Amino acid sequence: MFATQVYGDNGKMKEYHYTGPVEHRFSPYSFNGGTVLAVAGEDFAIVASDTRLSEGYSIHSRDSPKCYKLTDTTVIGCSGFHGDCLTLTEIIDARLKMYKHSNNKCMTSGAIAAMLSTILYGRRFFPYYVYNIIGGLDEEGKGAVYSFDPVGSYQRDTYKAGGSASAMLQPLLDNQIGFKNMEGVQHLPLSQEKAVQLVKDVFISAAERDVYTGDALRICIVTKDGIKEETVPLRKD
Amino acid sequence: MALQDVSGFQDTPMSHMWNSPASLSGPMGDTTPLLDMADERILGWGRFKSSERDGGVPLRFFIPPPQSSVPFRCDNRHTSLSSLSTSSSPPTRRPFPLSHGTTTLAFVFQGGVIAAADTRASCSGLVACPSAQKILPIHSHLLVTTSGSGADCMLWERILAREIRLYQLRHGRRLSITGSAKLLSHMLHPFKGTDVCVAATLCGWDVEEVRVEEFKGKRVDRMGSGRDDSISPAKRPVEETVMSTSDACSQDDLTDSACERTRHAVTDVDLTRSPVRDRCGPKLFYVCSDGTRLQGELFSVGSGSPYAYGVLDGEVRWSLNEEEAISLAREAVYRATHRDAYSGNCVDLFHITAQGYCRRDREDLREEYHRERERVLKRGKEESEEDKK
Repeated sequence: MFATQVYGDNGKMKEYHYTGPVEHRFSPYSFNGGTVLAVAGEDFAIVASDTRLSEGYSIHSRDSPKCYKLTDTTVIGCSGFHGDCLTLTEIIDARLKMYKHSNNKCMTSGAIAAMLSTILYGRRFFPYYVYNIIGGLDEEGKGAVYSFDPVGSYQRDTYKAGGSASAMLQPLLDNQIGFKNMEGVQHLPLSQEKAVQLVKDVFISAAERDVYTGDALRICIVTKDGIKEETVPLRKD
Repeated sequence: MALQDVSGFQDTPMSHMWNSPASLSGPMGDTTPLLDMADERILGWGRFKSSERDGGVPLRFFIPPPQSSVPFRCDNRHTSLSSLSTSSSPPTRRPFPLSHGTTTLAFVFQGGVIAAADTRASCSGLVACPSAQKILPIHSHLLVTTSGSGADCMLWERILAREIRLYQLRHGRRLSITGSAKLLSHMLHPFKGTDVCVAATLCGWDVEEVRVEEFKGKRVDRMGSGRDDSISPAKRPVEETVMSTSDACSQDDLTDSACERTRHAVTDVDLTRSPVRDRCGPKLFYVCSDGTRLQGELFSVGSGSPYAYGVLDGEVRWSLNEEEAISLAREAVYRATHRDAYSGNCVDLFHITAQGYCRRDREDLREEYHRERERVLKRGKEESEEDKK
């Protein structure tokens, strides 16, 4: 993050000279990188994330996946500031338990999404710096993906990429899954094998061009039979 | 939670509604028994069960303490929303941008209210979502078009829908559009000066059910609580009966005897002039988080609104028919998306009549660009042929 202060407006490096005393305000936020992706199919949902945890120029960990299992039918992917990710998932777990005890049933994916929206908005003036994507099965057994912004605005999608490489991955998903901007192409429904292969290819590309993405890829596939996890290695440089 | 309130299981928030922002003080100084200070990690922000008991705004917010040179001050009892805007140090800077930028418009005509909006949600240069929904129905006769920050609009619309529903359950009649606008405006007022950014237009139809046979020639008093926020008792017009469609009370419930009414059948409404100032009929309000609340006949909000106004100001009239109004709204959004970078993708169109709202299919404007290009080419060809002659 400090690299942005070294280069001036015209792209050349700024000359180093003493400008006077500077107050460095403590920022409670930090950016820990990572990319999350979710795809919804006819009867499955896939949530995938890389496992690199970085800060500035350093890598803290190569094995820190960003998908968290919430219920048997829902997985959440959180990227952004790792401290807020951990606390947020703990709060969601606690709320899920409270719901289960008072209502005697598990929360559905849609209900978890609505609840997360209010949790995030409750911190409107000191937000959780987390980009969330929930992937799971809805009440009818169809795949559902809900994507959030850090203050709680959300909506249901078919596919979404979030995190540091999201701007690179989202157009690729628009083209391959949404068939956007393609003329005369047959819109075939996405099968589970094709979706998993697409996710792997997409992350391999992301690791090439985004420094905060890499090391390994963790894929969680949610079907009515449960949640299956797969790990695929990525570039480690 | 709503049922709990109605059945008296908890304190009704209505009993101490809208008091000072100081009641929103940070959870550290709160004395609600549900808070377990020792288990601050999970419940320390006190938002869970106690969110319905809050006497102020219907959603409890965590207000960060103003940053001072002495860290970890525990005396946050006096932290309030006003300290956010007047504190000497700026609040914690957000490391991410929020979504903004849109074109929404709404206008009233003889066939009801038309509301139209684009569907692009942008986030400082990136299109966060190409298919956002900016027109949200609250109930069958009220829509809200939202503009400003996406999360703020979505959440405040949910809160408004909940409060309107609670009002309906408690008072037995539906809150009027005017009342809903005032409710939203008052709910947003404590956040004036913070960076909550909501610019909504409430489009709706105030429905008055007239039981013609029962009240022939009889003067009837106002039903229910008889209180309409917008008009004080002394100024109420004499010529209208007011019974909302959800009113199940018998006609003997004459609680308000201040004014007397005569029957006014909806069919007698004069269609040649705009009845927006009357009690029933189409209504359009603009409510903004900086406190503005305006009633009007044409509003356009958002970064693309100047372009939409250009198209609408020339053409909108009371006497438009339905197809003309729909195509005019569509054209205005199309021109705005063409010129404004932050608007685009598709156009959503809703039409509200006395029977409720109906929604046109979402239309991708990409096709419209192709058609426009062909029209321009054709025109160019025709003109060159005329020149040759």
